[in-house]
Amino acid sequence: MSSSSLSVQGLAKRYGDFVALAPTDLVVADGEFLTLLGPSGSGKTTLLSLLAGLVPPDEGSVRIGSQDVTYAPPYERDIGVVFQNYALFPHMTVEENIAFPLKMRKVAAAEAKRRAGEALEMVHLPHIAGRYPRELSGGQQQRVALARCMVYKPSIILMDEPLGALDKKLREHMQLEIKRLHRELGTTVVYVTHDQEEAMTMSDRICLMNAGRIEQLGTPADLYFRPRSLFVADFLGESNILPAALRGRSGDEVEIGLGTLGVPGRALANGNDLPPGSEVRVMVRPQNLTVARGAGNAVGGLQGRVSEVMVTGSLTKVYMEPLDGKLPPLVAAFPTRNETDAVRIDDVLTLSWSGRDAVVIADMTADRARAAGTA
Amino acid sequence: MSGQSLAMTHVPGAKRHSPPPAWRKPVLMGAPLVLLLVAFLVFPVGQLLALSVYNGQGFTLAPYAQLFASSLYVTVLWITLKISLATTLVAVVAAYPVAYLISIAKGPAKSRLIFWVLLSFWTSFLVRAFAWVVILGRNGVVNSTLMSLGIIDSPADLLYGFGAVLVGMVHAMLPLAVMTMLAVMENIDRTLPRAAGTLGAKPGTAFWTVYFPLSLPGVAASAIMVFVSAIGFFIVPALLGGRKETMITQLIIDQVQQTLNWGLAGAISVLLLTVVLVVFVLYDRVFGFASLTGESAVVRNRDTAMRRLGGRVLAALGSASDALIGLMPRRHPLRGRAERPLALTAFVWLLLVLISLPAFLMIPLSFGKGGLAWPPSGFTLQWYQQLLDSPIWMQALWRSIVVAFGTGLLSMAIGVPAAFLMVRGRMRGKGAMLAFILSPIVVPRMIIAVGMFYVFAQMGLVGTILGLVIGHTVVAVPYVVMTMMAVLRNYDTRLDLAAQSLGARPLAALRHVTFPILGAGMLSSFLFAFATSFDELTISLFSSGGLSATLPKQFWDEVTLQVSPVIAAVSTGLLLFVATLIFVADRLRRRSLAG
Ligand SMILES: Nc1ncnc2c1ncn2[C@@H]1O[C@H](COP(=O)(O)OP(=O)(O)O)[C@@H](O)[C@H]1O
Ligand SMILES: [Mg+2]
Repeated sequence: MSSSSLSVQGLAKRYGDFVALAPTDLVVADGEFLTLLGPSGSGKTTLLSLLAGLVPPDEGSVRIGSQDVTYAPPYERDIGVVFQNYALFPHMTVEENIAFPLKMRKVAAAEAKRRAGEALEMVHLPHIAGRYPRELSGGQQQRVALARCMVYKPSIILMDEPLGALDKKLREHMQLEIKRLHRELGTTVVYVTHDQEEAMTMSDRICLMNAGRIEQLGTPADLYFRPRSLFVADFLGESNILPAALRGRSGDEVEIGLGTLGVPGRALANGNDLPPGSEVRVMVRPQNLTVARGAGNAVGGLQGRVSEVMVTGSLTKVYMEPLDGKLPPLVAAFPTRNETDAVRIDDVLTLSWSGRDAVVIADMTADRARAAGTA
Repeated sequence: MSGQSLAMTHVPGAKRHSPPPAWRKPVLMGAPLVLLLVAFLVFPVGQLLALSVYNGQGFTLAPYAQLFASSLYVTVLWITLKISLATTLVAVVAAYPVAYLISIAKGPAKSRLIFWVLLSFWTSFLVRAFAWVVILGRNGVVNSTLMSLGIIDSPADLLYGFGAVLVGMVHAMLPLAVMTMLAVMENIDRTLPRAAGTLGAKPGTAFWTVYFPLSLPGVAASAIMVFVSAIGFFIVPALLGGRKETMITQLIIDQVQQTLNWGLAGAISVLLLTVVLVVFVLYDRVFGFASLTGESAVVRNRDTAMRRLGGRVLAALGSASDALIGLMPRRHPLRGRAERPLALTAFVWLLLVLISLPAFLMIPLSFGKGGLAWPPSGFTLQWYQQLLDSPIWMQALWRSIVVAFGTGLLSMAIGVPAAFLMVRGRMRGKGAMLAFILSPIVVPRMIIAVGMFYVFAQMGLVGTILGLVIGHTVVAVPYVVMTMMAVLRNYDTRLDLAAQSLGARPLAALRHVTFPILGAGMLSSFLFAFATSFDELTISLFSSGGLSATLPKQFWDEVTLQVSPVIAAVSTGLLLFVATLIFVADRLRRRSLAG
């Protein structure tokens, strides 16, 4: 996990005037599972294609291991690519598809056949070697694409939304499969998805992209609990984002005042060192809010009137209008219980949280972007 | 009990919807086309074939005895096969790079390439064949150029030989070969060769082991279309060939127009038809007919020796090309990588110039004073003046336009519903019906034309506009069905359902949603039918009668009787007409896509 298997410096791609990828730096460790996450059009496929050598970059460099491969064609890079539509060769059987990269590497036919068989066993499909791709289900095609990519043990596997075409259940199953294969083979994986849950479950690190640049790069927990911008906070899961003023600081926590009433609270400083009095945003995840009935007088409590209650299965979500009209609507979530103490619309609740569960977000770019969008 | 519940669910005042009989819609959609083909394809061809064994009194095999009495007919059949096969081979090999380049080109480059192919495709066979007469003639372009360069002293005999026929045939068939192949190539997933690259295949290997096998159904479709068209073709051998290049269709013309020996004409037709059917059955065995309409063929053979051998050959070709590519200097493979290989582009453009040039040579000749000898001299409009003053030419032009319009309209009226039925209908025997609808392409045009003439003569349709419209529709309608089927396959039927769910009745949905979206496809179908009729010679040769010629018939009569520069003027006019048509069609298509 120490040496870098892939590193990218100042890599950029433009189509005419349009910047598909702004100059980007990225280092992927050996054996790491890195996910490129971001909304559609954010440049994920562009970055992946540059790594694979499918399109030439405008500037910057790509190194795989110790080799500069910036302008090397795909077949000279030690990579494997799993395409979104699988790109299985329709005129070859499953076995021939999987043996293809071995054939390209001049592996003897008998040996190639044996290894193709092994790869099929790894993806639990030993019985379909003689079939053609169109005779397989979507999930099977997906596995064959994986097998074809793993069979020659490339040092890096690139996957572009490989599960995008599968239904939810199969997708979740395949996520586990891919994780298992990653563990067993120890290959470096760069994985593209626009599904934040998928990114959270699978990745060692997530590279969140937006409009052709990296918004934040870190572990799933980093991005989820310590987002550095509103965009990140917004993109990963539901969040409450509240305007606040900094009051003071104690260790890695800060004291804040919320809304017009200046309701006091605490939050993690999240690496910012703004002076007291600064306007910031504070983010709290819905499930980290503690809900109490009635207009309690607990310190650090925000009061709100329930506007909607939704049972989403294991979680119950409660949407509230804060009594302080300057604050945005809030959402709290807690484990669904049997209806003994049900919350009803128009109930007034008091919300509180631990200082370790709230974070300050100093970067307001997405906020400004949003304001500009509505203006 | 059930009656009661029915009564209860029946809302008073609401219209009862009893389900229409399931057979009604498919029959209404398919019947007109089927009837037309039965009456004016099956019946006439059947009549002609019957004439070979029925002499008015009873059964006879005399025509067949005559057929095999001398070696003449078998020899001619052999020549016909030889010319057709050679044409097919050369045309398909030459068409492949053109179609490949078009399929990988994008934007304006692609449109430009397609324009030039279409221009040749639609430029009259007659104009193109006649152009070769001028190019290869004793005073033609080649001879006078070679003589002025001092390479030869006296004109060489280039015309009236196998070489001239082959050149003319390939030139005639090349655009068809490109277009047929292109239909398949456009459907090849572009990520597949790229995927091969990421799996370690160098460009040459990726092409030969992945792209090429996937394009084979297109090659096969193109080969059979060219072969079948070539085997029934008579314009090129008649204008460019000598006695030794007589093709079998020319013998049928002789029997009908000169000897009036219908029995023998029928027997020759049987011979020709048998050959074509054998070829088609073989084709269907190997590739399946579906590949003709642009669908990817079903792979049938799983693990045969043939397949393994093919794999080896392709792998070897791949390595060889990679070795060749490796010999060329390269700086950075990716940075220096051109969008398209330069050598390929140069080759394709050279080919396109070569196939476009002959027709363009007509332009300077049509303004020259010196007749059809090369190089043209002086400037005059007298040939155009003669043309405009000639009532025969003007009437022929007018008749052709009327017939082509009629053919376009009739083909659309019966072809479009049939295409809908073929794509959306759920019924048994669809494959058989499609094969039947496409059969006018399979049956050599000459056989259809002669049979039709025989039947039209009995019905008094010879020399009438109606007869020509019917005749041309029979041969044009398969193209309408094929084009519309391709269009409909790409059309999202949920849009209709959406329209109906929004309250549109089926006809309203058709009018407001389906047709506007399909407009471009319908337009090109119409133009296809129009142009097919406008350039149709074989049927018109017999059925237009002596005095009411269409433009191609008039052209044919003129070039076979006397060759005058007026022909160059007509050719120039046709060229201009076709170029305008393609240009306008393309404009309309773009507007409907943008709108
Ligand atoms: N070949 C291309 N030509 C022009 N624009 C492109 C091309 N490929 C991608 N783009 C543009 O670059 C942007 C990023 O694309 P992409 O990397 O595919 O996004 P993502 O995979 O994150 O959805 C998109 O806005 C897309 O329209
Ligand atoms: Mg993408």
